[in-house]
Amino acid sequence: MRNVKIRNWVIGAGTPVLLLAAWWFLSANSTDPFFPPLQTILVRFQELWLFEHFQSDVLLSLGNLFVGFAIAAVAGIGLGFATALLPPVRWMIDPLIHFLRGIPPVALVPIFISLIGFGTQMRVTSIALAALFPTMIATVDGIRSVSNDLMDVARVYRLSRKERVLNVLLPAAMPQIFSGLQVSLQVAFIVMIASEMLGSSQGIGAMTLLAQQSFMTADMWAGILLLGVIGFLVNILFSLLKRKVLSWYIGSRRMARAA
Amino acid sequence: MSARQAPTLPIRNRKSTMAQQPETRISATTPRLDVAHLAKTYGSGEKSHTVIEDLTFTVDAGEVVCIVGPSGVGKTTLLKCLAGLHPASSGRASIDGRTISGPPPEMALVFQDYNRSLMPWLTVRKNLILPLRHLKLPAAELKERCDSALAAVGLSHADNQYPWQLSGGMQQRVAIARALAYRPEILIMDEPFASVDAQTRFDLEDLCLKIRKDFNMTILVVTHDIDEAVYLADRVVVLGSRPARVLKVVDVDLPAPRDQITTRSLPDFARQRTEVLSLIKRPA
Ligand SMILES: Nc1ncnc2c1ncn2[C@@H]1O[C@H](COP(=O)(O)OP(=O)(O)OP(=O)(O)O)[C@@H](O)[C@H]1O
Ligand SMILES: [Mg+2]
Repeated sequence: MRNVKIRNWVIGAGTPVLLLAAWWFLSANSTDPFFPPLQTILVRFQELWLFEHFQSDVLLSLGNLFVGFAIAAVAGIGLGFATALLPPVRWMIDPLIHFLRGIPPVALVPIFISLIGFGTQMRVTSIALAALFPTMIATVDGIRSVSNDLMDVARVYRLSRKERVLNVLLPAAMPQIFSGLQVSLQVAFIVMIASEMLGSSQGIGAMTLLAQQSFMTADMWAGILLLGVIGFLVNILFSLLKRKVLSWYIGSRRMARAA
Repeated sequence: MSARQAPTLPIRNRKSTMAQQPETRISATTPRLDVAHLAKTYGSGEKSHTVIEDLTFTVDAGEVVCIVGPSGVGKTTLLKCLAGLHPASSGRASIDGRTISGPPPEMALVFQDYNRSLMPWLTVRKNLILPLRHLKLPAAELKERCDSALAAVGLSHADNQYPWQLSGGMQQRVAIARALAYRPEILIMDEPFASVDAQTRFDLEDLCLKIRKDFNMTILVVTHDIDEAVYLADRVVVLGSRPARVLKVVDVDLPAPRDQITTRSLPDFARQRTEVLSLIKRPA
C-alpha cells in the first residue's frame, strides 16, 4: 500500500522532471529561432514573470480567474438549486440545459469570447458566464439523484425547508457538484487566457500573444510555461479542497470497493 | 382521491401537548392510533396498482402492536401512510382523532432500508442530532439524549464513526437510536431487527419493551418473525391476501414482564405463535 503510494508519487513528480531535463539538453545548442534553449526561456521566465510583470499581469490574470470562477460556482450552485426545486425556474431553464448537455463545455468558449468587450469587468463576466453552466447542470443532476429514502427521512423527522436544502440536499449532491466545479475550473482557465489574448494588452495571455507576434519566442515560451505551472497549481489546490469536503464520499466509495 | 382530507389540521405543539389540551387527552376509549378502512392505490388509470384494500385496526396508548404478513403484502406501504409520507387513497388513519395528512410531530419511523436512511456524510452522533436541531434543545439535553440512545443500542463507542464504516446490524441500530433520541410518543419500526445477530436481537426486543414502559411509548412494529411478534406484542395484526386485508387481530395474553427464556417457553406462547402461523400459512 505505502510502496504503491511512493511509487506513484515518484512517477508523478519524476516524469515532468525528466521531460524538462530532456528539453533542457536537446535545446541547449538550439539556433532555431522558434525553439530557443530552455535556459534562455527560464532566464526570461524569471525576468518577466517573477519581477517585472508579476503584479501587473500575473496577479491580474489570477485575480480574474479566481473572481470569475467564484462567481460561477456560487451562481451555478444557486441556479441549479432553483432549477431543481422551483417549478417556474425549471420550466425556463430545463430546455436550455437539454440544449447545453450535448455540447462539450469547451465548445461554448467561442460564444463567450465573441461576447468579450474590453476591460477587466467584461473579462470576469465572460469567465463567470462560461464557467457557470457545467456547475449548474451538475447541481441539477445531483439534486435529482438524491434518493427518495433520504428525503422521506427528512420529512418524517420534520426538518425545515432550510434544513432540507442545506443539510440534506446540498451534502447529498456535493459529489456531483464537485465534478461540475472541476469542469467549470477548466473552462474558466481557458476563457481567462483566451479573453486576454483577444481583448486586452494586460495579463499572461496578452503578454504571451504579444511576444509571439513580435517574434520574441523565448518570452512566448516563458508565458506558456507559466500558464502550465499555474494550471498545475490550481488543480492541486482544487484537489485538496475536494479531498477535504468529500472525504466521507471518498471513504465510503473505497469501503464499497473493498467489500 | 376523494378521501384526501383538508391539508392542514392544527398540529399540536410537542411541548404543550400534555398541559394545555385536556380535551384531547387520551382516554381509555379513544385509541391512540386509529386506522379505519384505509386503502392505498399506487398510480392511476391503467397502471394503477391497489396494494391495500381495506384495513381497519387500532393501537391504544402505551400498547405494542406487531404487524405480520407475507413479503410484498403492503406492510411498508401501510407504515408510510401512517407516517404521513403517502396520502391514503380512501379511508383514513388518525392520531387521537386527528386525521394524518403529513408527518405527525409525535411520531418517529425506523425505515426498513436502514442503510439508505442514514446520512453518509454525517457521523453517527450527527445523524442523531440532525432531527433534533429544530427542537432547539439545550446543549446538555441534546448530549444526554444522544448518549443514552447510543448506550441503549450498545453503540456508545461508535459515535464518531460514519455509517458506512459500520456493519449492517450496527447501521440498523443507529437508525433505531436516532428514533429513540427523538423521543417520539409513537414509534413505528419497519423490520427493525432483521439484520442483527440473535443475541442483539433479543437485547433490542427487550429494549423495545423497556422504552414502552419507561416513556409510555406507543409502538408499532412490522416483522417477519412470528415468534418475535408474539413475544413483543399486546396484539398482532395479521395481514394477508392481495390487495392487503386484515386477516385477524390476535390478542396476545402473555403475562408481563416478558422474559426471553420464561415467556418463550410458556405453553401459551406456543399456542399463540401457532395461531398466527396458521393464519399466515393459510392459502390466500
Ligand atoms: N412507490 C411505489 N409505487 C408503486 N408501487 C409500489 C411502491 N412502493 C411499493 N409498491 C408496491 O406495493 C407492494 C407492497 O410493497 P411493500 O413494500 O409495502 O411490501 P412489504 O409488505 O413491506 O414487503 P416486505 O416484507 O418485502 O418489505 C409491492 O407490490 C410493491 O411493488
Ligand atoms: Mg417492507
